[in-house]
Amino acid sequence: MKNQTKNYIQKGFSFASNNAIILLLLVLVLYVGLTQKNFFSGRNFNNISLTTSIRFLVALGVSGTLITKGTDLSAGRIIGLGGVLACTLLQRSDYSSKFFPMLPELPIWAVLLFVLLLCALIGLANGFIIAKLHVPPFLATLGMQTIVYGANQVYSGSDPIGGLVNDYTDVVGYFDLGFYELPFLLCIAVVMGILMWFLYNKTTHGKNMYAIGGNELAAEVSGVNTKRSKMIIYALAGAMYGMAGFLLAAKSGGASVNLGQGYELEAIAACTIGGVSTTGGVGKISGILLGVLVFELLKTSLQFLGIDPSLQFVAQGIVIIVAVALDIRKYTLKR
Amino acid sequence: MSEYLLQMKDICKSFPGVKALDHVSFNVKSGTVHALMGENGAGKSTLMKCLFGIYKKDQGDILLDGQIIEIKSSQDALRHGIAMVHQELQPILERSIAENLFCGRYPLKKIRGIKIVDHQVMMNETKKLLEKVNLSEFDPKMKLSSLSLSQMQSVEIAKAVSYQAKVVIMDEPTSSLTENEVNNLFAIIQNLKAMGCAIIYISHKMEEILKISDEVTVMRDGISVGTWRACELTTELLIAKMVGRELTNRFPASQSILGEAVLQVEGLSSIHEASFQDVSFTLRKGEILGIGGLVGAQRSELMEGLFGLRSLSKGKIIYHGEEIKIKSPKDAIQKGLALLTEDRRATGIFGVLSIMDNVAIASLPNYLDHGFILNYKKLENVVQQNINKLQIKAPSSRSLIHTLSGGNQQKVIIARWLANEPDVLILDEPTRGIDVGAKYEIYTIMRELSQQGKSIIMISSEMSELLGMSDVIMVMKEGRVSGFVQQKEATQEIIMSLAAQL
Repeated sequence: MKNQTKNYIQKGFSFASNNAIILLLLVLVLYVGLTQKNFFSGRNFNNISLTTSIRFLVALGVSGTLITKGTDLSAGRIIGLGGVLACTLLQRSDYSSKFFPMLPELPIWAVLLFVLLLCALIGLANGFIIAKLHVPPFLATLGMQTIVYGANQVYSGSDPIGGLVNDYTDVVGYFDLGFYELPFLLCIAVVMGILMWFLYNKTTHGKNMYAIGGNELAAEVSGVNTKRSKMIIYALAGAMYGMAGFLLAAKSGGASVNLGQGYELEAIAACTIGGVSTTGGVGKISGILLGVLVFELLKTSLQFLGIDPSLQFVAQGIVIIVAVALDIRKYTLKR
Repeated sequence: MSEYLLQMKDICKSFPGVKALDHVSFNVKSGTVHALMGENGAGKSTLMKCLFGIYKKDQGDILLDGQIIEIKSSQDALRHGIAMVHQELQPILERSIAENLFCGRYPLKKIRGIKIVDHQVMMNETKKLLEKVNLSEFDPKMKLSSLSLSQMQSVEIAKAVSYQAKVVIMDEPTSSLTENEVNNLFAIIQNLKAMGCAIIYISHKMEEILKISDEVTVMRDGISVGTWRACELTTELLIAKMVGRELTNRFPASQSILGEAVLQVEGLSSIHEASFQDVSFTLRKGEILGIGGLVGAQRSELMEGLFGLRSLSKGKIIYHGEEIKIKSPKDAIQKGLALLTEDRRATGIFGVLSIMDNVAIASLPNYLDHGFILNYKKLENVVQQNINKLQIKAPSSRSLIHTLSGGNQQKVIIARWLANEPDVLILDEPTRGIDVGAKYEIYTIMRELSQQGKSIIMISSEMSELLGMSDVIMVMKEGRVSGFVQQKEATQEIIMSLAAQL
C-alpha cells in the first residue's frame, strides 16, 4: 500500500518533470483566466484559434525538417513572399494603386495553387542544397532566408500591397453553425493536421523520415533514398509556408515584405515545446499542436497581464531555452 | 596492510526493474592482471562503472589499500589512482597527443600573475609518458588523427598512467586491434604490472584472457560466480561458468546441400587503389561463405561496394546467371540482397524507434494498401512472426530498440532483412559484442537459413566462428583475395598464414 502510493508519487513526479513547461504554462493560463476578465471569452477564443491555426501550419512544415535533424530558417520569409505574391494577384480591379493594373480578377484557387507551387519550389531548392550539396541545414536555409527576402523586396518594391478582392479576404470567414461561428482557418488547420498525421504515420515517406532522423546511415543501408526523402520534406515545408502566407495575408487584409518575419523561430520553438526532439527521429503531430497552442496561450496571457511588449519577448525566449534544456535532459538522463 | 590492493565488498546496484549487481565482491592484488568475464548483461560493466564513479552504488564498500574510499565521480576515482581505458575511445582527433593527455589539467605557469599553459612541461611530461607505452618515437605535438586506433589506445593508457594509477580498468581493449597490436598492448600491460599496477581486464576473447591474466573472476546475472587462477582454467571451463551450463557444441552442424551459383563476383575493384581490388568469388545456393582477414583487409569495404554503398571502378556482378548493376542499397535490396553492417549502433539500429519500425524500414512497400497506406495489421504480423521465429526477448513490438540487449538488437536487424526474404544475406561480424548464448542462437538461425536455400556471406574476425560456420573461407589481405580454404581443410594456421601472407 505504502509502496504503491510511493510509486504513484514517483510516476506523477516524472510526468511533471517531463511535461514541466506545458504544466507551468497551463498554470499561467489558468491564473490569467481567473484574474483577467474577457480571457475566457468567445472572442478571445476565436482570436487565439485564428493565430494558432496559421502558426500550426508553419510548425507542421518545420516539423519534418526538425525530425530529420535539420531546421528551416527560411520559413518566415517564404511566408512573406507567399503572402505578397497572393496579394499582388488578388487585388480589386477598382483599387487605385493596383500592382498589375491590367490584371483581370483571377480565381482564388488558381492563385493559391500558384503560391503553393512556387513556395514548394523554394523549399525544394533548400532540400537540394542540403541533400545533394551537403550544406548544413542551418546555413542552407539561412542563406535562402536572405535570398527570398531580397527577391521579395525586388518584386514588391517594398510597398505594402492592399485592396484585396472580397472573395480572398473572406477566406478568414466563418461557417455559421447557429450556436457557433466556426472559422474557416480552424477547419483548414484541422484538415492539414489530419493529412500530415496520415503522412507521418501511415506512409512509407513518414517512416523513412523518422528513420533518417533516428540514424541516417542505417536508413541508407536499409534502402531508404535519404536524399529524395529530404528534398520532399523541405519542398512540402515550403508549400506549408506558402499556404500560411496566403492565409495570413488574407487575415491581415494585405501584405508587405515583412509579413511572417520571425515565424520560423516560433515554429521551431513550438515544435520543441511539443516534444519534437532536437536530437532527431522523435515528434508527433499532437505534440506539435500542443506546442503551438501553449506558445500562443503564453503570448496572449502575457498581453492580458499587460506586460511590456519588449519583456514579452524576453519571456518567450526564456521559455524556448528552458523547453530545449528540458528536452535534452530527457535524453541525457537515460545514459 | 591487506593482501589486496583493491577490494569491492557486497556491492549492490539496482536499476528500475532490474537488480544489476547483487552483493558482488571483487578483490584485486597489486601487480596482477585480473580478468572480469561474463555474458553481456552479467554486470561487469556496471561493476566497473560503480568503481569508476560513473554509477553510484546502492550499497557496499570500496577499499583501496585496506582503506574505505568514497567514489562519487570519475574525478574522485582518478584522484584515488583508479583509471579506465574505455571500450570506445573518445579522443580529440584534431588536437595533439600532449593536449589529449593533459586535457582538463594542463600544467600552468605564472607570468606576471597571469596563469598560462606551460607547454614546455607538457611536452616533456608527454615524452616520458609515451616511453612507458612504447610510443617513444612519436612527437607529442602530433595530431591524434594521424595515429592508428591501437596507438590512440596506447595514448589513452598513457593518460591512465599519468594519473599515477594503481588500478587500470581496460574494457574490451582488443576489440578492434590486429594480432600485432594485441601483442604490443600485452607488452604495455606487462610494463604496468612491473610498475605494481593492478589491471582489471574485461574481454570476451577467452584465448586472450587465458594468456594475459593471472586471475579470472566470472560474473553471471549480477552475481559473482567465483574467482580462479588463470592457469587452472580452459576455454570450455570458462564458457561453462559463464553460461552456467555446459555448452557441448559451440556451433550447430551444417546439413545444407550446396546448389547452383547464386552470386558470382568477378574482378570487383574499388575506385580507391588502397581499397579492395580484383576480387572474384562464387556463392552457391545454401552456402555459407566466410571471409577472414586482419583488420584493414578491406572486407567490409568489399561488401559495402557490392551493396552499392561504395563506388566501383570495375568488375562484374552476376546474379542468378544475369549481370546486374547495383548503384545504391535500394537496388541491392530490390535484387534480393541484404547487409547486416559491422557497427550496429552507427549503421544498424534506429535507437529512438520501436522494434516494429526497426524491422519494417527495409520492407515498407510490402505492407501498403492501395499503393500508399501502411497496413499496420500486415506489418504487425510480419514483425511478430519474426520476433517469435528469432526468439527476440522484448516486452512488445512497440518497445524502443535501445532498451534491448546487444544480442536482441542484432536479431531485430536480422529480422529486418528476413522480412524482405532475401536470397543472399551478407553478415558483417554478426556476433560482435554479443554474449555466448545469443551467439549460438544466431549461428542456429544462420544454419536454418542456409538449409532453406539462402546463401550467406559472413565476415568474421573470430577464428573459431569462421572455422565453425563457413563451408568455404575466403581470406583477404590488404584488399586482395589471398586464398580460398574448404571447410574440411581449414585450420587456424592456414588461415592466419593467408591473412598475414608476406
